[in-house]
Amino acid sequence: MTAYILRRLLATIPVMVVVAVFVFFLLRMAPGDPAAIIAGEDATAEQIAAVRGKLGLDRPIFEQFVVWIAGMLQGDFGTSIFSNLPVSRLILQRLEPTVSLTLSTLLVAVCLAVPLGVLAAWSARRLVDRLVMGFAVMGFAMPVFLVGYVLMYVFAVKLGWLPVQGYRPLAEGVGPWAECLILPSLALGITYMALITRITRASMLEVLAQDYIRTADSKGLSTNRVLLLHALKNASVPIVTVIGIGIALLISGVVITETVFNIPGLGRLTVDAVLKRDYPIVQGLIIVFAAAKVLVNLIIDISYVFLDPRIRY
Amino acid sequence: MRLSRRTSLLKRGLALVAALAATIAAGDPAKAQEKVLRAVLHADVRVLDPIWTTQTIANIHGMLVYDTLFGNDADMQPKPQMVDTYDVTEDKLVYTFTLRDKLKFHDGSPVTTTDVIASLERWGKKDGVGQRLFAFIDKLEAVDGKTFRMTMKKPYGMVLESLGKTNSSVAVIMRAQDAATDPQQQVKEAIGSGPFKFAKEQWVPGSKAVYLKNADYAPRASSEKAESFAGSKFPGVDRLELVWISDPQTAMSALINGEIDFYENPTPDFYPILEKAKGVKLMPTGKLDSTHGMIRLNHLHPPFNNVKARQAMYYLINQENFLRAIVGDPKYYRICHGLITCGSPLGNDGGSQWFKEYNPKKALQLLKEAGYNGEPITVLAATDHNTITPATQVLIQAMREAGINVDAQSMDWGSVVSRRAKKETPAQGGWHIFVTTTGGVGSANPVLHTWIGAACDKGLFGWPCDAEIEKLRNDYAFALKDEEKKKIARDLQERALDQVVYIPFGQWNAMLAYRADRLDGIVPNTGLVVLWNITKK
Repeated sequence: MTAYILRRLLATIPVMVVVAVFVFFLLRMAPGDPAAIIAGEDATAEQIAAVRGKLGLDRPIFEQFVVWIAGMLQGDFGTSIFSNLPVSRLILQRLEPTVSLTLSTLLVAVCLAVPLGVLAAWSARRLVDRLVMGFAVMGFAMPVFLVGYVLMYVFAVKLGWLPVQGYRPLAEGVGPWAECLILPSLALGITYMALITRITRASMLEVLAQDYIRTADSKGLSTNRVLLLHALKNASVPIVTVIGIGIALLISGVVITETVFNIPGLGRLTVDAVLKRDYPIVQGLIIVFAAAKVLVNLIIDISYVFLDPRIRY
Repeated sequence: MRLSRRTSLLKRGLALVAALAATIAAGDPAKAQEKVLRAVLHADVRVLDPIWTTQTIANIHGMLVYDTLFGNDADMQPKPQMVDTYDVTEDKLVYTFTLRDKLKFHDGSPVTTTDVIASLERWGKKDGVGQRLFAFIDKLEAVDGKTFRMTMKKPYGMVLESLGKTNSSVAVIMRAQDAATDPQQQVKEAIGSGPFKFAKEQWVPGSKAVYLKNADYAPRASSEKAESFAGSKFPGVDRLELVWISDPQTAMSALINGEIDFYENPTPDFYPILEKAKGVKLMPTGKLDSTHGMIRLNHLHPPFNNVKARQAMYYLINQENFLRAIVGDPKYYRICHGLITCGSPLGNDGGSQWFKEYNPKKALQLLKEAGYNGEPITVLAATDHNTITPATQVLIQAMREAGINVDAQSMDWGSVVSRRAKKETPAQGGWHIFVTTTGGVGSANPVLHTWIGAACDKGLFGWPCDAEIEKLRNDYAFALKDEEKKKIARDLQERALDQVVYIPFGQWNAMLAYRADRLDGIVPNTGLVVLWNITKK
């Protein structure tokens, strides 16, 4: 197992290198010029060129790439073109809100979606099943921003129960922290819940048709015991896989949710940096997102061993 | 015995938790009494150097942290700010300025003429208005720590207006060591002598910029009414937070919900909702209309290198169509056929005959007469700008209605900004037309209004080239009498419209929204929003 983990960790190195190369050159090929944005509305072409020269953006692309990679190898993500602050500091500033939002969404979605999926499978083709599946279809169909605005209008503007926007760090107390996360987590979690609910139902239906479930039933075990201990455990591998895949969905959803609810996380940092063509920040963020994705995949793969004793690495 | 010790430990633990919870619940009493103003502006503070960039937001930041020698009032008349007294010789060649007492930077060091001269010189190397002023300065020298002298090569009519200007790249005064920074590079610290201190350690670029009250700020006498950048200014709150909310819907909801106090630029679509919201008030940003719409043609390439083709485009302009698409309610916009801000002292109707007729067929006919043969006309179409995007769509529609072959290239505003700087032919990545806006204050003055210039390669994108226009702008700078200034402004506008330096599509006044149930003392200003003197009830 240890050897497997080490092998997988080593295999991430070429993945990260490919990501780094792609990100760097794709960004440089994209239209846009940070120097023009910095110089401002009333700057002449000469002034823009002067800014570009001072920022080193007029140097050959390969030279810029070598400088960036050399910095990365020493743990230096570079400096923001606009704010002159280290990219690592900017990313760290934004990490807590995004991690909080992702984990709270994950928690809400998994805690609600798995029972709903089990319930739907257990009452397959009956009213409850239809209602749950209807919710799942609706969850998929509704864009995150629309759900966000509706929740914001009802629970913040009209009822005044929750704040419209913003984020309060955990250090300021669990209450204010959680208050800021309820609406964004629900908005972001609906699509994710729909996905997990459907997979849980499908996977459970397959397991519930197996002989050993019939045997467990005929032994007189309680429904809860059959469903949770015998069926759900055996249906969990595809569910966990989808939860893992869904984290990528969450990362893309975070970008929209953070914008709608004005949460100062990595998603908003990404959007702002892309719009401003702040290359070092975009490069740093994509490396971080790629690393997070690789790590999540690794954790999911390892979890299979605990869920299904037949799997060995 | 063991049980009682456990009980005692448990009690102590519970007491500790209770005390902690009480402290958290009560919060820091000092913080609770702190007056905090939370404002959402049109952009986030990302650049700390108002000289390095012309971005409006960097200048708003600059005006909080730094101070200026002069500040223009609502009628654009310069009034002393850091300057206590000044003297001008009769021949208008020598200006002697004396600084006020008690001027101090945020690090405690006094403001001296060394700082002033270094700051002006840096500004004069970077800013267009500063460059023009410095072209006529013979000598800038310190008389002593508080007095300095500016000697001109010839009498220049815009010395004080330039020092007090309220649009981009304001002539702020920095510490000499900061002003020694190459003007093409950003200063590393934001330490000025203005009403607020920048809390750099609390700065989260793209999210929040925090400013703390400068308790040592020495304002002008309270008898001098605060007006735009002039008069007595003071930090009205203990803490100012510029919160960046990029989504206009969220920002509006946050204002209605009381999570923010001040919203600089709600989109016009939201005005009716904000007008009805409890506790919220809308007000015009200043006396002048804030924004002036412009269609810029590229004078370098056919067909618009021919003045007849440029003039043909006037027949595609019905300003009402543009303004209704952008603003909607007529009470917030104004038809304006001039290039100099309508409603400003120099606003006039010179050249307005070009806008008498909306006639797409005639536009095409005139274009053909000018040599246009149906080649694609490349329009840079921004897709993510709340005013420029609809204006571009209206223009494209009018061009298509005329039968012009439009190549609308959709892109985000950041891409437009970079592509418009390209001088190549449209087929090689250049362009024919883009739409943009400019501020009402800058456009009110022929020298500050850089878009009216026609300085060929050295001018702004589109590169109009006309010696007569440049001569008139120069003449204005040396005009000393109001009548003379007005005549030059009219002649300039007529000539610029004849040459089609750009096509105006009207002007409008952006409203700012604020919590009237919480705030007092808002100082209106067209251009850079003023955040000093605001107090919280």
